Amino acid sequence: MQLLLQYLSSGIATGCTFALVATGFVAIYRVTRVVNFAQGAFAVIGGMAAYALLGRGLPHGAAELVAVGLAATAGLLVGLVAIGRRGSPPLASLIITLGIGIGSYAVLILIFGDQPVSYDGLPGSAAIGGVTMPLQFLLVVAVTAATFALLAAFFNRTYLGRALTACSSNPHAARLVGIDTTRMGLVSFALGGALGGLAGVLLTPLQPVSFNSDVGIAINGFAAAVFGGILRPVTALVGALVLGVAEALVAGYSKASYESGVALVLMLALMVWQASRRAPVEEAAA
Amino acid sequence: MRDGTGPLLDVGDLVVRYGQATALDGVSLRVDRGEMVALVGPNGAGKTTLLNTVCGLLPVAGGDCAVRGRVAQVPEGRQLFADMTVDDNLRLGAWTVRDRDPSRIYDLFPQLATMRRRQAGTLSGGEQQMVAVGRALMARPDLLAVDELSLGLAPMIVDSLAEHLRRLNEESGMAVLLVEQNARLALELCPRAYVLETGRIVASGPSGELSRSAAVQAAYLGGAITPSPSEGEGRGGGF
Repeated sequence: MQLLLQYLSSGIATGCTFALVATGFVAIYRVTRVVNFAQGAFAVIGGMAAYALLGRGLPHGAAELVAVGLAATAGLLVGLVAIGRRGSPPLASLIITLGIGIGSYAVLILIFGDQPVSYDGLPGSAAIGGVTMPLQFLLVVAVTAATFALLAAFFNRTYLGRALTACSSNPHAARLVGIDTTRMGLVSFALGGALGGLAGVLLTPLQPVSFNSDVGIAINGFAAAVFGGILRPVTALVGALVLGVAEALVAGYSKASYESGVALVLMLALMVWQASRRAPVEEAAA
Repeated sequence: MRDGTGPLLDVGDLVVRYGQATALDGVSLRVDRGEMVALVGPNGAGKTTLLNTVCGLLPVAGGDCAVRGRVAQVPEGRQLFADMTVDDNLRLGAWTVRDRDPSRIYDLFPQLATMRRRQAGTLSGGEQQMVAVGRALMARPDLLAVDELSLGLAPMIVDSLAEHLRRLNEESGMAVLLVEQNARLALELCPRAYVLETGRIVASGPSGELSRSAAVQAAYLGGAITPSPSEGEGRGGGF
Protein backbone atom coordinates (compact mmCIF):
# COMPACT_ATOMS: atom_id res chain seq x y z
CA MET A 1 0.00 0.00 0.00
CA GLN A 2 2.77 2.36 0.99
CA LEU A 3 4.57 1.50 -2.23
CA LEU A 4 1.46 2.01 -4.32
CA LEU A 5 0.92 5.48 -2.90
CA GLN A 6 4.52 6.34 -3.61
CA TYR A 7 4.16 5.22 -7.23
CA LEU A 8 0.96 7.23 -7.46
CA SER A 9 2.56 10.43 -6.19
CA SER A 10 5.58 10.14 -8.48
CA GLY A 11 3.25 9.25 -11.36
CA ILE A 12 1.15 12.34 -10.75
CA ALA A 13 4.25 14.54 -10.65
CA THR A 14 5.65 13.25 -13.95
CA GLY A 15 2.10 13.26 -15.34
CA CYS A 16 1.97 16.99 -14.64
CA THR A 17 5.09 17.59 -16.72
CA PHE A 18 3.53 15.52 -19.55
CA ALA A 19 0.45 17.73 -19.20
CA LEU A 20 2.52 20.88 -19.73
CA VAL A 21 4.16 19.40 -22.82
CA ALA A 22 0.74 18.24 -24.03
CA THR A 23 -0.73 21.71 -23.56
CA GLY A 24 2.12 23.06 -25.66
CA PHE A 25 1.12 20.68 -28.45
CA VAL A 26 -2.51 21.75 -28.03
CA ALA A 27 -1.76 25.50 -27.94
CA ILE A 28 0.12 25.30 -31.23
CA TYR A 29 -2.15 22.78 -32.97
CA ARG A 30 -5.36 24.65 -32.16
CA VAL A 31 -4.23 27.82 -33.87
CA THR A 32 -2.05 26.47 -36.69
CA ARG A 33 -3.20 22.84 -37.19
CA VAL A 34 0.48 21.96 -37.06
CA VAL A 35 1.67 19.08 -34.86
CA ASN A 36 4.90 20.57 -33.58
CA PHE A 37 7.49 17.81 -33.46
CA ALA A 38 10.01 20.18 -31.87
CA GLN A 39 7.85 20.30 -28.73
CA GLY A 40 10.13 17.91 -26.81
CA ALA A 41 13.15 20.03 -27.68
CA PHE A 42 11.59 23.01 -25.87
CA ALA A 43 11.56 20.97 -22.67
CA VAL A 44 15.19 19.95 -23.19
CA ILE A 45 16.17 23.58 -23.82
CA GLY A 46 14.35 24.61 -20.64
CA GLY A 47 16.00 21.95 -18.50
CA MET A 48 19.51 22.33 -19.89
CA ALA A 49 19.40 26.13 -19.87
CA ALA A 50 18.24 26.14 -16.25
CA TYR A 51 21.10 23.78 -15.37
CA ALA A 52 23.66 25.99 -17.12
CA LEU A 53 22.29 29.17 -15.52
CA LEU A 54 22.29 27.61 -12.06
CA GLY A 55 25.91 26.59 -12.71
CA ARG A 56 26.71 30.24 -13.41
CA GLY A 57 25.40 31.19 -9.98
CA LEU A 58 21.92 32.38 -10.85
CA PRO A 59 19.58 31.64 -7.95
CA HIS A 60 16.71 29.16 -8.20
CA GLY A 61 13.62 30.83 -9.52
CA ALA A 62 15.51 33.32 -11.66
CA ALA A 63 17.37 30.58 -13.53
CA GLU A 64 14.17 28.64 -14.22
CA LEU A 65 12.34 31.79 -15.30
CA VAL A 66 15.07 32.78 -17.75
CA ALA A 67 15.15 29.20 -19.05
CA VAL A 68 11.41 29.29 -19.72
CA GLY A 69 11.90 32.62 -21.51
CA LEU A 70 14.62 31.06 -23.67
CA ALA A 71 12.33 28.14 -24.51
CA ALA A 72 9.58 30.61 -25.48
CA THR A 73 12.06 32.39 -27.75
CA ALA A 74 13.02 29.05 -29.28
CA GLY A 75 9.30 28.42 -29.83
CA LEU A 76 8.92 31.74 -31.61
CA LEU A 77 11.94 30.99 -33.84
CA VAL A 78 10.62 27.53 -34.73
CA GLY A 79 7.27 29.16 -35.51
CA LEU A 80 8.90 31.75 -37.78
CA VAL A 81 10.58 29.03 -39.81
CA ALA A 82 7.63 26.63 -39.79
CA ILE A 83 4.69 28.96 -40.49
CA GLY A 84 6.29 32.35 -41.20
CA ARG A 85 5.73 31.95 -44.92
CA ARG A 86 2.05 32.71 -45.44
CA GLY A 87 0.01 29.86 -46.80
CA SER A 88 2.43 27.05 -46.03
CA PRO A 89 0.37 23.86 -45.68
CA PRO A 90 0.32 22.39 -42.13
CA LEU A 91 1.92 19.17 -43.34
CA ALA A 92 4.95 21.06 -44.69
CA SER A 93 5.20 22.96 -41.40
CA LEU A 94 5.03 19.67 -39.49
CA ILE A 95 7.98 18.29 -41.45
CA ILE A 96 9.88 21.52 -40.80
CA THR A 97 9.35 21.16 -37.04
CA LEU A 98 10.52 17.55 -37.26
CA GLY A 99 13.68 18.73 -38.99
CA ILE A 100 14.28 21.46 -36.46
CA GLY A 101 13.74 18.99 -33.61
CA ILE A 102 16.48 16.72 -34.94
CA GLY A 103 18.70 19.66 -35.89
CA SER A 104 18.42 20.95 -32.34
CA TYR A 105 20.61 18.02 -31.17
CA ALA A 106 23.68 19.59 -32.77
CA VAL A 107 22.97 23.00 -31.29
CA LEU A 108 22.26 21.58 -27.85
CA ILE A 109 25.46 19.51 -27.84
CA LEU A 110 27.48 22.55 -28.93
CA ILE A 111 26.05 24.72 -26.17
CA PHE A 112 25.41 22.32 -23.28
CA GLY A 113 27.52 19.24 -24.09
CA ASP A 114 26.37 15.68 -24.66
CA GLN A 115 26.03 14.53 -21.03
CA PRO A 116 22.74 14.20 -19.20
CA VAL A 117 22.22 17.03 -16.74
CA SER A 118 20.17 17.39 -13.61
CA TYR A 119 19.96 19.77 -10.70
CA ASP A 120 18.41 19.72 -7.27
CA GLY A 121 14.82 20.75 -7.14
CA LEU A 122 13.05 21.96 -4.06
CA PRO A 123 14.92 20.34 -1.15
CA GLY A 124 13.20 18.34 1.58
CA SER A 125 10.20 16.13 1.68
CA ALA A 126 6.80 16.08 3.25
CA ALA A 127 4.73 13.27 4.72
CA ILE A 128 1.16 13.30 3.51
CA GLY A 129 -1.15 10.48 4.60
CA GLY A 130 1.79 8.34 5.62
CA VAL A 131 3.54 8.75 2.27
CA THR A 132 6.82 10.60 2.20
CA MET A 133 7.25 12.51 -0.99
CA PRO A 134 9.83 15.04 -2.16
CA LEU A 135 8.68 18.64 -2.02
CA GLN A 136 9.65 18.88 -5.70
CA PHE A 137 6.62 16.64 -6.48
CA LEU A 138 4.35 19.10 -4.72
CA LEU A 139 6.01 22.02 -6.49
CA VAL A 140 5.44 20.38 -9.87
CA VAL A 141 1.76 19.80 -9.08
CA ALA A 142 1.28 23.34 -7.75
CA VAL A 143 3.00 25.00 -10.71
CA THR A 144 1.01 22.88 -13.18
CA ALA A 145 -2.28 23.73 -11.45
CA ALA A 146 -1.40 27.43 -11.45
CA THR A 147 -0.39 27.28 -15.11
CA PHE A 148 -3.68 25.66 -16.13
CA ALA A 149 -5.62 28.27 -14.14
CA LEU A 150 -3.67 31.05 -15.84
CA LEU A 151 -4.19 29.51 -19.28
CA ALA A 152 -7.94 29.18 -18.66
CA ALA A 153 -8.10 32.84 -17.63
CA PHE A 154 -6.00 33.83 -20.64
CA PHE A 155 -8.12 31.98 -23.21
CA ASN A 156 -11.51 32.77 -21.66
CA ARG A 157 -11.07 36.27 -20.31
CA THR A 158 -8.57 38.17 -22.45
CA TYR A 159 -9.15 39.57 -25.92
CA LEU A 160 -5.92 38.07 -27.26
CA GLY A 161 -6.88 34.67 -25.85
CA ARG A 162 -10.28 34.91 -27.55
CA ALA A 163 -8.61 35.85 -30.82
CA LEU A 164 -6.41 32.74 -30.56
CA THR A 165 -9.52 30.63 -29.95
CA ALA A 166 -11.19 32.34 -32.91
CA CYS A 167 -8.30 31.29 -35.19
CA SER A 168 -8.89 27.73 -34.03
CA SER A 169 -12.67 27.93 -34.37
CA ASN A 170 -12.82 29.42 -37.87
CA PRO A 171 -9.59 30.69 -39.47
CA HIS A 172 -11.40 32.18 -42.47
CA ALA A 173 -13.73 34.20 -40.25
CA ALA A 174 -10.76 35.24 -38.12
CA ARG A 175 -9.07 36.71 -41.21
CA LEU A 176 -12.37 38.38 -42.17
CA VAL A 177 -12.55 40.34 -38.93
CA GLY A 178 -8.96 41.40 -39.47
CA ILE A 179 -7.07 38.98 -37.22
CA ASP A 180 -3.61 38.19 -38.60
CA THR A 181 -3.74 34.41 -38.30
CA THR A 182 -0.04 33.98 -39.05
CA ARG A 183 0.87 36.34 -36.23
CA MET A 184 -1.50 34.47 -33.91
CA GLY A 185 0.24 31.25 -34.97
CA LEU A 186 3.56 32.76 -33.87
CA VAL A 187 2.04 33.74 -30.52
CA SER A 188 0.90 30.16 -30.11
CA PHE A 189 4.38 28.84 -30.96
CA ALA A 190 5.92 31.12 -28.32
CA LEU A 191 3.32 29.94 -25.82
CA GLY A 192 4.02 26.31 -26.75
CA GLY A 193 7.74 26.96 -26.27
CA ALA A 194 7.16 28.45 -22.82
CA LEU A 195 4.97 25.51 -21.78
CA GLY A 196 7.56 23.01 -23.02
CA GLY A 197 10.31 24.91 -21.24
CA LEU A 198 8.32 24.97 -18.02
CA ALA A 199 7.88 21.19 -18.26
CA GLY A 200 11.64 20.89 -18.76
CA VAL A 201 12.69 22.94 -15.74
CA LEU A 202 10.26 21.00 -13.54
CA LEU A 203 11.21 17.60 -14.94
CA THR A 204 15.01 17.89 -14.86
CA PRO A 205 15.30 17.52 -11.05
CA LEU A 206 13.09 14.39 -11.27
CA GLN A 207 14.95 12.70 -14.11
CA PRO A 208 18.18 13.78 -15.87
CA VAL A 209 17.74 15.39 -19.26
CA SER A 210 20.11 15.17 -22.22
CA PHE A 211 20.05 16.57 -25.75
CA ASN A 212 18.06 13.59 -27.05
CA SER A 213 15.52 13.33 -24.24
CA ASP A 214 13.09 15.24 -26.45
CA VAL A 215 11.71 12.12 -28.14
CA GLY A 216 10.58 10.48 -24.91
CA ILE A 217 9.16 13.74 -23.57
CA ALA A 218 7.36 14.51 -26.83
CA ILE A 219 5.88 11.00 -27.12
CA ASN A 220 4.42 11.22 -23.62
CA GLY A 221 3.14 14.76 -24.20
CA PHE A 222 1.69 13.87 -27.58
CA ALA A 223 -0.01 10.74 -26.24
CA ALA A 224 -1.66 12.90 -23.58
CA ALA A 225 -2.64 15.55 -26.15
CA VAL A 226 -4.23 12.90 -28.37
CA PHE A 227 -6.67 12.19 -25.54
CA GLY A 228 -8.35 15.49 -26.31
CA GLY A 229 -7.92 15.28 -30.09
CA ILE A 230 -4.98 17.72 -29.65
CA LEU A 231 -7.63 20.41 -29.15
CA ARG A 232 -8.75 20.29 -25.52
CA PRO A 233 -6.21 21.17 -22.80
CA VAL A 234 -8.25 19.85 -19.89
CA THR A 235 -8.74 16.45 -21.51
CA ALA A 236 -5.01 16.44 -22.23
CA LEU A 237 -4.38 17.09 -18.52
CA VAL A 238 -6.49 14.08 -17.58
CA GLY A 239 -4.71 12.00 -20.20
CA ALA A 240 -1.31 13.10 -18.92
CA LEU A 241 -2.14 12.16 -15.31
CA VAL A 242 -3.46 8.75 -16.38
CA LEU A 243 -0.33 8.22 -18.43
CA GLY A 244 2.05 9.36 -15.68
CA VAL A 245 0.45 7.08 -13.09
CA ALA A 246 0.25 4.13 -15.51
CA GLU A 247 3.94 4.47 -16.33
CA ALA A 248 4.93 4.74 -12.67
CA LEU A 249 2.94 1.61 -11.88
CA VAL A 250 4.38 -0.33 -14.80
CA ALA A 251 7.91 0.77 -13.89
CA GLY A 252 7.32 -0.02 -10.23
CA TYR A 253 5.67 -3.42 -10.51
CA SER A 254 7.41 -4.80 -13.59
CA LYS A 255 10.42 -3.50 -15.48
CA ALA A 256 11.38 0.17 -15.76
CA SER A 257 12.22 -0.37 -19.41
CA TYR A 258 8.56 -1.10 -20.18
CA GLU A 259 7.69 2.39 -19.00
CA SER A 260 8.00 4.19 -22.32
CA GLY A 261 5.98 1.48 -24.04
CA VAL A 262 2.92 2.53 -22.08
CA ALA A 263 2.60 5.85 -23.89
CA LEU A 264 3.06 4.26 -27.30
CA VAL A 265 0.50 1.52 -26.70
CA LEU A 266 -1.96 3.98 -25.21
CA MET A 267 -1.52 6.41 -28.09
CA LEU A 268 -1.99 3.68 -30.68
CA ALA A 269 -5.11 2.36 -28.97
CA LEU A 270 -6.57 5.88 -28.68
CA MET A 271 -5.88 6.77 -32.27
CA VAL A 272 -7.42 3.55 -33.58
CA TRP A 273 -10.43 4.07 -31.33
CA GLN A 274 -10.87 7.69 -32.32
CA ALA A 275 -10.42 6.97 -36.02
CA SER A 276 -13.03 4.20 -35.92
CA ARG A 277 -15.41 6.43 -33.99
CA ARG A 278 -15.00 9.58 -36.04
CA ALA A 279 -15.44 8.16 -39.53
CA PRO A 280 -19.23 7.62 -39.46
CA VAL A 281 -19.81 11.06 -37.95
CA GLU A 282 -17.99 12.77 -40.79
CA GLU A 283 -19.92 10.77 -43.34
CA ALA A 284 -23.16 11.83 -41.74
CA ALA A 285 -22.08 15.46 -41.78
CA ALA A 286 -21.16 15.28 -45.45
CA MET B 1 -5.71 57.19 -51.33
CA ARG B 2 -7.30 59.15 -48.51
CA ASP B 3 -10.80 59.37 -47.14
CA GLY B 4 -13.17 61.62 -48.99
CA THR B 5 -11.34 61.82 -52.32
CA GLY B 6 -13.54 59.94 -54.74
CA PRO B 7 -15.92 57.03 -54.42
CA LEU B 8 -15.82 54.81 -51.33
CA LEU B 9 -15.09 51.75 -53.42
CA ASP B 10 -13.45 52.15 -56.78
CA VAL B 11 -12.68 48.96 -58.65
CA GLY B 12 -11.16 49.41 -62.10
CA ASP B 13 -10.22 46.71 -64.60
CA LEU B 14 -9.65 44.33 -61.72
CA VAL B 15 -8.06 40.97 -62.47
CA VAL B 16 -7.88 38.25 -59.80
CA ARG B 17 -6.47 34.79 -60.36
CA TYR B 18 -6.42 31.53 -58.45
CA GLY B 19 -3.21 30.00 -59.76
CA GLN B 20 -3.77 29.67 -63.52
CA ALA B 21 -7.53 30.24 -63.38
CA THR B 22 -8.79 33.77 -63.91
CA ALA B 23 -11.69 34.46 -61.53
CA LEU B 24 -12.17 38.16 -62.28
CA ASP B 25 -11.28 39.43 -65.72
CA GLY B 26 -11.33 43.22 -65.94
CA VAL B 27 -14.11 44.09 -63.50
CA SER B 28 -15.00 47.74 -62.93
CA LEU B 29 -17.43 48.69 -60.18
CA ARG B 30 -18.08 51.73 -58.03
CA VAL B 31 -19.85 52.27 -54.74
CA ASP B 32 -20.32 55.83 -53.48
CA ARG B 33 -20.62 56.81 -49.85
CA GLY B 34 -24.02 55.99 -48.44
CA GLU B 35 -25.04 54.03 -51.52
CA MET B 36 -26.68 50.60 -51.70
CA VAL B 37 -25.46 48.57 -54.65
CA ALA B 38 -26.43 45.05 -55.66
CA LEU B 39 -24.18 42.53 -57.36
CA VAL B 40 -26.08 39.67 -58.94
CA GLY B 41 -24.99 36.76 -61.07
CA PRO B 42 -24.98 32.98 -61.27
CA ASN B 43 -22.92 30.62 -59.12
CA GLY B 44 -19.23 30.74 -59.90
CA ALA B 45 -19.42 34.16 -61.54
CA GLY B 46 -16.83 35.54 -59.14
CA LYS B 47 -19.07 37.53 -56.78
CA THR B 48 -17.50 36.16 -53.61
CA THR B 49 -14.03 36.55 -55.13
CA LEU B 50 -14.80 40.22 -55.73
CA LEU B 51 -15.96 40.71 -52.14
CA ASN B 52 -12.92 38.95 -50.71
CA THR B 53 -10.61 41.06 -52.87
CA VAL B 54 -12.37 44.22 -51.69
CA CYS B 55 -11.85 43.01 -48.12
CA GLY B 56 -8.14 42.58 -48.78
CA LEU B 57 -8.12 38.79 -48.46
CA LEU B 58 -7.03 38.07 -52.04
CA PRO B 59 -4.14 39.53 -54.01
CA VAL B 60 -4.85 41.78 -56.99
CA ALA B 61 -3.30 40.44 -60.20
CA GLY B 62 -4.13 43.52 -62.29
CA GLY B 63 -6.09 46.77 -62.27
CA ASP B 64 -7.09 48.71 -59.14
CA CYS B 65 -9.15 48.04 -56.08
CA ALA B 66 -9.27 51.24 -54.03
CA VAL B 67 -11.21 51.24 -50.76
CA ARG B 68 -11.41 54.70 -49.16
CA GLY B 69 -12.77 53.71 -45.79
CA ARG B 70 -13.38 50.71 -43.58
CA VAL B 71 -15.01 47.66 -45.06
CA ALA B 72 -16.48 44.69 -43.23
CA GLN B 73 -17.94 41.53 -44.69
CA VAL B 74 -20.93 39.39 -43.84
CA PRO B 75 -19.68 36.18 -45.45
CA GLU B 76 -21.69 33.53 -47.24
CA GLY B 77 -22.78 30.82 -44.84
CA ARG B 78 -22.35 33.20 -41.87
CA GLN B 79 -18.90 31.80 -40.92
CA LEU B 80 -19.43 32.39 -37.21
CA PHE B 81 -17.08 31.23 -34.48
CA ALA B 82 -19.53 28.42 -33.83
CA ASP B 83 -18.14 27.17 -30.52
CA MET B 84 -17.81 30.65 -29.04
CA THR B 85 -20.53 32.76 -27.45
CA VAL B 86 -22.62 35.31 -29.30
CA ASP B 87 -20.95 37.99 -27.19
CA ASP B 88 -17.45 36.81 -28.12
CA ASN B 89 -18.41 36.66 -31.80
CA LEU B 90 -19.54 40.28 -31.68
CA ARG B 91 -16.53 41.47 -29.70
CA LEU B 92 -14.13 39.80 -32.13
CA GLY B 93 -15.76 41.79 -34.93
CA ALA B 94 -14.18 44.86 -33.33
CA TRP B 95 -10.63 43.47 -33.64
CA THR B 96 -9.53 46.40 -35.83
CA VAL B 97 -11.21 49.15 -33.79
CA ARG B 98 -11.04 50.38 -30.20
CA ASP B 99 -14.68 50.26 -29.14
CA ARG B 100 -15.52 46.64 -28.30
CA ASP B 101 -18.82 47.22 -26.54
CA PRO B 102 -21.50 45.19 -28.37
CA SER B 103 -24.48 46.89 -26.70
CA ARG B 104 -25.48 48.85 -29.81
CA ILE B 105 -25.76 45.54 -31.70
CA TYR B 106 -28.09 44.25 -28.99
CA ASP B 107 -30.12 47.45 -29.40
CA LEU B 108 -30.34 46.73 -33.11
CA PHE B 109 -31.21 43.03 -32.69
CA PRO B 110 -32.91 42.81 -29.25
CA GLN B 111 -33.44 39.08 -29.88
CA LEU B 112 -29.69 38.51 -29.58
CA ALA B 113 -29.44 40.21 -26.18
CA THR B 114 -31.14 37.26 -24.51
CA MET B 115 -28.70 34.77 -26.07
CA ARG B 116 -25.41 36.57 -25.56
CA ARG B 117 -23.96 33.69 -23.53
CA ARG B 118 -25.07 30.96 -25.92
CA GLN B 119 -22.72 29.28 -28.37
CA ALA B 120 -23.27 30.89 -31.76
CA GLY B 121 -23.46 27.50 -33.48
CA THR B 122 -26.59 26.57 -31.52
CA LEU B 123 -28.64 29.52 -32.82
CA SER B 124 -31.21 29.29 -35.63
CA GLY B 125 -30.17 30.29 -39.14
CA GLY B 126 -31.81 33.70 -38.91
CA GLU B 127 -30.28 34.44 -35.51
CA GLN B 128 -26.87 33.36 -36.82
CA GLN B 129 -27.25 35.76 -39.73
CA MET B 130 -28.03 38.53 -37.22
CA VAL B 131 -24.80 37.67 -35.37
CA ALA B 132 -22.89 37.71 -38.65
CA VAL B 133 -24.31 41.13 -39.55
CA GLY B 134 -23.72 42.36 -35.99
CA ARG B 135 -20.13 41.11 -36.00
CA ALA B 136 -19.45 43.02 -39.21
CA LEU B 137 -21.11 46.16 -37.83
CA MET B 138 -18.83 46.03 -34.78
CA ALA B 139 -15.99 47.18 -37.04
CA ARG B 140 -18.01 50.38 -37.73
CA PRO B 141 -17.62 49.93 -41.48
CA ASP B 142 -18.14 52.62 -44.09
CA LEU B 143 -18.99 49.81 -46.48
CA LEU B 144 -20.79 46.63 -45.50
CA ALA B 145 -20.17 43.85 -48.00
CA VAL B 146 -22.91 41.25 -47.64
CA ASP B 147 -22.51 37.87 -49.33
CA GLU B 148 -25.82 36.03 -49.78
CA LEU B 149 -28.01 37.59 -47.12
CA SER B 150 -31.00 35.37 -47.90
CA LEU B 151 -29.39 31.96 -48.48
CA GLY B 152 -31.19 29.25 -46.53
CA LEU B 153 -33.43 31.64 -44.59
CA ALA B 154 -37.21 31.91 -44.42
CA PRO B 155 -38.70 34.82 -46.45
CA MET B 156 -39.98 36.61 -43.35
CA ILE B 157 -36.53 36.60 -41.75
CA VAL B 158 -34.95 37.77 -45.00
CA ASP B 159 -37.41 40.68 -45.18
CA SER B 160 -36.59 41.70 -41.63
CA LEU B 161 -32.84 41.55 -42.23
CA ALA B 162 -33.22 43.52 -45.46
CA GLU B 163 -35.23 46.13 -43.58
CA HIS B 164 -32.41 46.37 -41.01
CA LEU B 165 -29.87 46.97 -43.78
CA ARG B 166 -32.07 49.65 -45.35
CA ARG B 167 -32.46 51.41 -42.00
CA LEU B 168 -28.73 51.23 -41.20
CA ASN B 169 -28.03 52.70 -44.61
CA GLU B 170 -30.54 55.52 -44.10
CA GLU B 171 -29.67 56.34 -40.52
CA SER B 172 -25.88 56.00 -40.46
CA GLY B 173 -25.05 56.50 -44.10
CA MET B 174 -23.27 53.17 -44.25
CA ALA B 175 -22.85 51.97 -47.82
CA VAL B 176 -23.88 48.42 -48.70
CA LEU B 177 -22.62 46.13 -51.43
CA LEU B 178 -25.07 43.24 -51.56
CA VAL B 179 -24.26 40.00 -53.33
CA GLU B 180 -27.42 37.95 -53.83
CA GLN B 181 -28.67 34.84 -55.59
CA ASN B 182 -32.14 36.23 -54.99
CA ALA B 183 -31.88 38.91 -57.66
CA ARG B 184 -35.42 40.13 -57.06
CA LEU B 185 -34.64 40.96 -53.43
CA ALA B 186 -31.34 42.60 -54.35
CA LEU B 187 -32.83 44.74 -57.10
CA GLU B 188 -35.68 45.85 -54.86
CA LEU B 189 -33.39 46.77 -51.98
CA CYS B 190 -30.61 48.50 -53.90
CA PRO B 191 -31.21 51.38 -56.32
CA ARG B 192 -28.22 50.43 -58.48
CA ALA B 193 -26.87 47.05 -59.55
CA TYR B 194 -24.21 45.18 -61.48
CA VAL B 195 -24.56 41.79 -63.19
CA LEU B 196 -21.46 39.60 -63.04
CA GLU B 197 -21.03 36.56 -65.29
CA THR B 198 -17.89 34.39 -65.53
CA GLY B 199 -15.64 37.10 -64.17
CA ARG B 200 -16.97 40.02 -66.21
CA ILE B 201 -19.57 42.71 -65.62
CA VAL B 202 -22.19 42.13 -68.35
CA ALA B 203 -24.74 44.73 -67.32
CA SER B 204 -25.04 47.59 -64.86
CA GLY B 205 -27.28 50.52 -64.09
CA PRO B 206 -30.30 51.54 -62.05
CA SER B 207 -32.07 48.47 -60.67
CA GLY B 208 -35.38 49.49 -62.19
CA GLU B 209 -33.95 49.48 -65.70
CA LEU B 210 -32.06 46.25 -65.15
CA SER B 211 -35.08 44.39 -63.86
CA ARG B 212 -37.05 45.48 -66.93
CA SER B 213 -34.37 44.24 -69.34
CA ALA B 214 -35.33 41.00 -71.01
CA ALA B 215 -31.95 39.34 -70.54
CA VAL B 216 -31.87 39.94 -66.79
CA GLN B 217 -35.47 38.85 -66.41
CA ALA B 218 -34.86 35.60 -68.22
CA ALA B 219 -31.64 34.76 -66.44
CA TYR B 220 -32.20 35.98 -62.88
CA LEU B 221 -35.81 36.84 -62.25
CA GLY B 222 -37.33 33.73 -63.79
CA GLY B 223 -39.65 35.78 -65.96
CA ALA B 224 -41.42 38.91 -64.85
CA ILE B 225 -44.16 37.35 -62.75
CA THR B 226 -42.86 34.12 -61.20
CA PRO B 227 -41.93 35.01 -57.64
CA SER B 228 -38.61 33.15 -57.44
CA PRO B 229 -35.97 32.09 -59.96
CA SER B 230 -37.09 28.46 -60.05
CA GLU B 231 -35.71 26.08 -62.62
CA GLY B 232 -37.67 25.29 -65.74
CA GLU B 233 -41.03 26.96 -65.24
CA GLY B 234 -40.32 30.65 -65.44
CA ARG B 235 -37.10 30.43 -67.35
CA GLY B 236 -38.31 31.08 -70.85
CA GLY B 237 -40.31 34.10 -69.80
CA GLY B 238 -43.43 32.36 -71.05
CA PHE B 239 -45.81 34.58 -69.11
